[in-house]
Amino acid sequence: MRKDIVNAGLGMLVLTLLCGILYPLLVTGVSQVAFPGNANGQQVFVHRKLVGSKLIGQSFTERNGKPDPRYFQTRPSGTSPADNAAGSAFADYGPNSVVTERALVANIRAYIALNGRYYPGGLTAARVPVDAADTSASGIDPDVSVRNADIQAYRIAAVRHLSRSTVDRLISRFTGRRGLGFSGEPGVNVLELNLALDRIS
Amino acid sequence: MTFTGWLTIFAFVVVLTALAIPLGSYMAAVYTGGRTFMDPLLRVPERFLYRVMRVDPTVEQDWKAYAKSLIVFSLAGWLLLYFILRTQNLWSFTGLNPMGFHSAPWNVTFNTTSSFVTNTNWQYYGGETTMSYFSQMAGLTVQNFVSAAVGIAVAVALIRGIASRSGHSIGNFWQDVARTVLWVLLPISFVSALVLVFQGSIQNFSHYLSLTTITHLPQQIAMGPVASQEAIKMLGTNGGGFFNANSAHPFENPTGFTNLYEMLLVLAIPAALVFAYGRMVGNRRQGHAIYATMMVMFLGAVIVCYVAEAHGSPAQHAAGLHTAVVSGSSGGNMEGKEQRFGIAGSELFDVVTTVTSCGAVNSAIESFTGIGGAVPLANLSASEVIFGGVGTGLYSILLYVLLAVFIGGLMVGRTPEYIGKKIEAREIKLVSLGILITPLAALFATALATASSAARASIDTAITGGGPQGFSETLYAYLSEANNNGSAFAGYTGYAGTFGNGAGSHGFTFTDLLGGFTMVFARFAPILFALAVAGSLAGKRISPPGLGTMRTDNGTFVVLLIGVIVLVGALTFFPALLLGPIVQGLTGHLYG
Repeated sequence: MRKDIVNAGLGMLVLTLLCGILYPLLVTGVSQVAFPGNANGQQVFVHRKLVGSKLIGQSFTERNGKPDPRYFQTRPSGTSPADNAAGSAFADYGPNSVVTERALVANIRAYIALNGRYYPGGLTAARVPVDAADTSASGIDPDVSVRNADIQAYRIAAVRHLSRSTVDRLISRFTGRRGLGFSGEPGVNVLELNLALDRIS
Repeated sequence: MTFTGWLTIFAFVVVLTALAIPLGSYMAAVYTGGRTFMDPLLRVPERFLYRVMRVDPTVEQDWKAYAKSLIVFSLAGWLLLYFILRTQNLWSFTGLNPMGFHSAPWNVTFNTTSSFVTNTNWQYYGGETTMSYFSQMAGLTVQNFVSAAVGIAVAVALIRGIASRSGHSIGNFWQDVARTVLWVLLPISFVSALVLVFQGSIQNFSHYLSLTTITHLPQQIAMGPVASQEAIKMLGTNGGGFFNANSAHPFENPTGFTNLYEMLLVLAIPAALVFAYGRMVGNRRQGHAIYATMMVMFLGAVIVCYVAEAHGSPAQHAAGLHTAVVSGSSGGNMEGKEQRFGIAGSELFDVVTTVTSCGAVNSAIESFTGIGGAVPLANLSASEVIFGGVGTGLYSILLYVLLAVFIGGLMVGRTPEYIGKKIEAREIKLVSLGILITPLAALFATALATASSAARASIDTAITGGGPQGFSETLYAYLSEANNNGSAFAGYTGYAGTFGNGAGSHGFTFTDLLGGFTMVFARFAPILFALAVAGSLAGKRISPPGLGTMRTDNGTFVVLLIGVIVLVGALTFFPALLLGPIVQGLTGHLYG
């Protein structure tokens, strides 16, 4: 028993050194040399000012909390405040809950209010893509579905006086591919897309 | 459902099997003193480890000595982790606490410590809002390695018990742990961490980023040594996220490719151990039979979950959404799911992490449809034998194998035998206890939480609308903790909800303690029974198979084994499952 205690105590200390200090330090060292951009969060700068990370979703709202119509909007977020990248969280809406239904209805209404009058033939709930009404998992999903971006593109083109083909070109430029061609879904990176829009108009 | 979705599932199964076979041979060599290509690199650090630990790896241990070392080692790990977490702010001098976090309350720390030492990684805290980098690295990451190694050691010891021809030795615990860490966990984690960074995971010690967005809003972005922890979190089937949103967070799981990669990491060792088992008992078909059993049950779970999630939820339909696949949108129940994973990538990840004891999540299980959410619950009800946690899965299913052999023996009227060893009353008693203890712990804790005023309030929180969802949350919490899984219907707080805000510690003393004790009990009691079975089998002679020997390596046995697993799980949990997720799956009714 006494021997076990000595073995265990020393074992925990040396394994802490090995797995808890040396291993993360080594990974950090190699990453910072080999992939410094990724290792530090793919930071995006505009005029040398940090404006976000390519991987982290943001709100594009005005100071009054209303979505800014000049920008593509990210998915609904369950964090508080929305898109809180220092406190990620699920919204935890249950599948059979009235609370969920109310939240979805509110999201759908907001989406239609923002995009409806630009969309040819008008938007109805049935035409709202699921990712535009459902909250994301992390609360900071950087992407929207291609369909979601496509609907918002009508608004962007009108508000910014751009041709639809210009907007479409940008969308396809910032649409990610599936992993290995099949794993996951293509997503449109909203921050990169909005920054590109600002650069041309 | 989409073609690429089914293709993802198909490709995953093929790649997993193709990886597991060579990894299994490698691991068999590691635990039987065979040669591996890593030896030249690792012999020196191995000897150094033994010298520092003052261990003589040539000492053979019987099951009692092995168990004693294991318990003392785990206890030492518990004390060290508790100490590190309680003194979090004292370690700020290392520069690894840039946000100046203080320790969580003692009861949350008790829960967290028990959780990581038992390979559960249940989290009553939000990583980026409460944990310093030092705690994450030197505390939690270490237990991710160590608890995984302990699980694998038990599996290897049980295999030795089954395979040994004489004597009472089941190996040397310290050697098994050291070799697992050096030969298996560290090299794969190191390479995987770099793969994750290459794909976009972060790995730094910076202060959180503060910035102003282009619409003039403030944003703070959490940083940290994420990739190194993510790799072992998946490989060791631990599952405790660096961030609160776990593998849904873009820094933990940045792309569709990393999603696939992380799923492979989770199942790599549990699947490989099955093949290693076949090699170590000298009959590879025995391993194949177990692999087939696991794969059939796994695929069943995947298919049911995918179909349910692709259909969408009653709340979505009531709100007027159309959940069919349309051009440019995956459709389905995207509530609590990330765009880059889609439906197939989310539900496959969920099944992978709930059949194992991983418990990482890349989507909100709380928001799964009734039937979709019943799948992880059913996976947990099967006591983590469908691949299961690293090591724990194999030793747990071997207990079921012995039970199936016993039941089969009763049916054909012969003394049950497994790989030439007679299974007698003593073994069956130990096996039954080992199998029953986890479900009993889960049901007992759920009953206690449901019946006591301290935890009942969480069933009626606003977010669940007081319906079956509240009961599902509670049942899931204790099933998850008893099975050392760690995933959650994350709305469960044990008390009134902290809806929509995972910031900060939100444990409550009652649930912290009940959960902590459940995890420890349901981890170590079955381990002791598994080791006792190993010790009991180790001394037995192997008799050659005769004409009347029931075969345990063919399709009939696979069917029998699945039957036994389903029967034990179904009989124990079916009534409880009916009350929660299945009710919701069968109705379009909205509660609240």
